[in-house]
Amino acid sequence: MTAVRISDDALALACGADALAAAFEAAGCAVERVSSWGMHWLEPLVEIDGMGFGPATPEDVDAILSGKSAKAIGPIAAHPFIAGQQRLTFARAGRTRALSLEDYERTGGWAGLERARRIGPEHVLDEVARSGLRGRGGAGFPAGVKWRTVAQAPGARKFIVCNADEGDSGTFADRMLMEGDPLQLIEGMAIAAHAVGAAQGYIYIRSEYPHAIRKLRDALKLCADIIAPFTIDVRVGAGAYVCGEETSLLNSLEGKRGEVRAKPPLPALQGLFGCPTVVNNVLTLAAVPHILAEGGAQDYEARGTGRSKGTMPIQLAGNIRHGGLYETSFGITLNQLIFEIGGGTASGRPVKAVQVGGPLGAYLHPGQFDIPFDYEAYAAADALIGHGGITVFDDTADMAALARFAMEFCAAESCGKCTPCRIGSVRGQEIIDRILSGGRQADAVELLPQMHNARLAQRSQAEEVQLLEELCAVMKDASLCALGGFTPYPVVSALRHWPADFGLGAR
Amino acid sequence: MTTEAVIAEILAAHPREQSALLPILHDVQAEFGYVDAAAERIIADALNLSRAEVHGVVSFYHDFRSAPDPRPVVQICQAESCKARGIDTLMQAARDAAGERVRLAPVYCLGLCSVGPNARVRDQLHARLDEAQLVSLVKAQ
Repeated sequence: MTAVRISDDALALACGADALAAAFEAAGCAVERVSSWGMHWLEPLVEIDGMGFGPATPEDVDAILSGKSAKAIGPIAAHPFIAGQQRLTFARAGRTRALSLEDYERTGGWAGLERARRIGPEHVLDEVARSGLRGRGGAGFPAGVKWRTVAQAPGARKFIVCNADEGDSGTFADRMLMEGDPLQLIEGMAIAAHAVGAAQGYIYIRSEYPHAIRKLRDALKLCADIIAPFTIDVRVGAGAYVCGEETSLLNSLEGKRGEVRAKPPLPALQGLFGCPTVVNNVLTLAAVPHILAEGGAQDYEARGTGRSKGTMPIQLAGNIRHGGLYETSFGITLNQLIFEIGGGTASGRPVKAVQVGGPLGAYLHPGQFDIPFDYEAYAAADALIGHGGITVFDDTADMAALARFAMEFCAAESCGKCTPCRIGSVRGQEIIDRILSGGRQADAVELLPQMHNARLAQRSQAEEVQLLEELCAVMKDASLCALGGFTPYPVVSALRHWPADFGLGAR
Repeated sequence: MTTEAVIAEILAAHPREQSALLPILHDVQAEFGYVDAAAERIIADALNLSRAEVHGVVSFYHDFRSAPDPRPVVQICQAESCKARGIDTLMQAARDAAGERVRLAPVYCLGLCSVGPNARVRDQLHARLDEAQLVSLVKAQ
C-alpha cells in the first residue's frame, strides 16, 4: 500500500487537505497526517517516498499515483526553499506527526529536558544566557536575564507563562509550531520551570486558533508523566489583540479585563497572581530544547550576527509568490527574502512596500531592503523585527489607507487604560482624513462667538501633517505599552516614504 | 433545563475563583451564544465578584456578546496580509451576499497570512478566496 503524507496544519486544512486525504484513502493509500513543511504556496502538499506534489487537489490523485503529475516538485527536503534554511526550532516541520511521542523521541525529543535535569537549574540558566537567546515575541529581551531574575526572586510560587496570543497579521510561526510540534514547546516550558523553580505553567492561546488549542491539549495529555511534577494549563483568549502584551495577558489569565499594567513591577518579580513569572513567546520557549541539548548553546550562539544570535523563524506573508516559513540565522536581507526566496509578489506586480513585524511594524521601502535582519539594525532604521512576520504589498497598495488602518486598528484594540493610545488613535484617524482632504476649515463649534480663542483661519495640509507627526511622537513616548507606542511606526514610515499617497508633494 | 441550571452546571465544572472567569464565560457563550445580565449576575455570585466586574470582562473581549444574535457568522480577515492579497476588493460583494441574514464579523488575523484572503465559519477555515468563493461561502450559511 502506498504511504502518503499530507499535513493537518490549519493552513493545509484551509486549502483543502482533508478532501485530498480522503481521496487518497479512497484510492487505497495509507495516509499519514504530518506537520507542514512550511511551503505554503504548495499546500496541500503530498509526500510519497520523500517526493513532493503540490498544490494538489482530489483531481490530481490518479496522476500523482501513476507518476505522471505535472505538480511534482521532486524531493521535498532538497527543494531550494527547504535546503537553504537553517531549521532548529522547526527541525521537525514536515517530518513528524504532531501528536506522536514516538516520532518526537526518535528526532531527539526530551534530550534537552533530560540534560537540564542532569546538570541542574544553575547550569541551565548559564546555558540559556550563553546561547544569546532573546525573546522572540518582539521586544528581544535576553531570555537568560529574565529567567535568572525569576529564579532569584523571592517567592514560594512561581509560574511559566507561554504567550501564544499570536495576533499580528503576517505571523503564523507560533501557530505552526503549536500545531506541528507541540511537544517541543511543552519541553521548553518544562526546562524553564526546572530552571526557575516553577510548578505550574499556562499557555495563553488566542481563540482564533482552534486547531492549535486542540493539539496542545492532546499533547499535554500524552506527556503529563514526562513533565511531571510540572503541570501546564491551556487558557483560551477571547479575541483581544492587546492580550498579546504580557501584563495584559496576565490580567486576562487572572480573569480580569485585559488591561495593561504599568511596569515596574516587572512580571519577572510580580507577575501572575503577584508571583515571579516567566512570560515568554512560543518561539522563545520552543528554541530552548535545542539549546539545552549537548553542545546546543554554543551552536546557537555561533549563528546570527552582532547581538542577534541564533535563528529566527521568518514568516513570508501577504502578496508573495512563495510564502511560508523560512527559519534562518539573523543577518539575511529583505532583498534575499522577498526576491530570491519568495519569488517576488504573487500578483506579479512590482513590490511597493513591506511591513516587517506585524501591524505595529514600520513599512519599509524597496530602498531599505538591504538592511540586515537584526534587532539593532532594524531599530536604527526606525523599524522593528517584531515576531518576524514579513507582509509584502504590490504597487496597488494605498499607503495612506494602510496608515489610517493602523490607527483604526489601534482604536479598535486599545485596552483603554492610557490616553495616548485610547484617544490618540481616534484623533490619528481624523487627522489622516483631514490630510487626505487637503486640510480643513474651522468647524461650526470653532466659529461660535463664545469660542473667542479658537483659530478661525483654515488649517493647511502641511499643518495637519505636522500635527500628525506630533501626535505620533506623543503616542510613541507616552503610551503604556507597545500597542499605542508602536502604532506610529507604520503611520510615520508610510508618511515618510510614500507622501504622494497622502496627496502630498515630495518631502 | 432552565438557564440557571445550565449555568450552575458550567460553574460546577470550574474552580470557584476569579481566574476561572474567562473559561466560564467561554462555556456560557458557547452554550447560549451570549452572556446577558442575568448570566453575569449568577456568575458574579458564584465567584464572589460584583456584577460590574463580570460585566467589565464580558464587554472587554470581542468574543463575548451581551445579546443573542441568531444569524450565522462568517469571520473575514481584514488585517494587513489579507489586505495585501486583495480582501478589500471582495468585501462589497460579501456584504451584498450577506444582507441582513448573515453577520459578517471582521477578524484580525487567522494566521494563514501567506494564502489569503481568508475566512472562518465556526472551526472551518477557508483560504485563497476569490469573489465567487467568498460569496458562495456567505450564501451557504
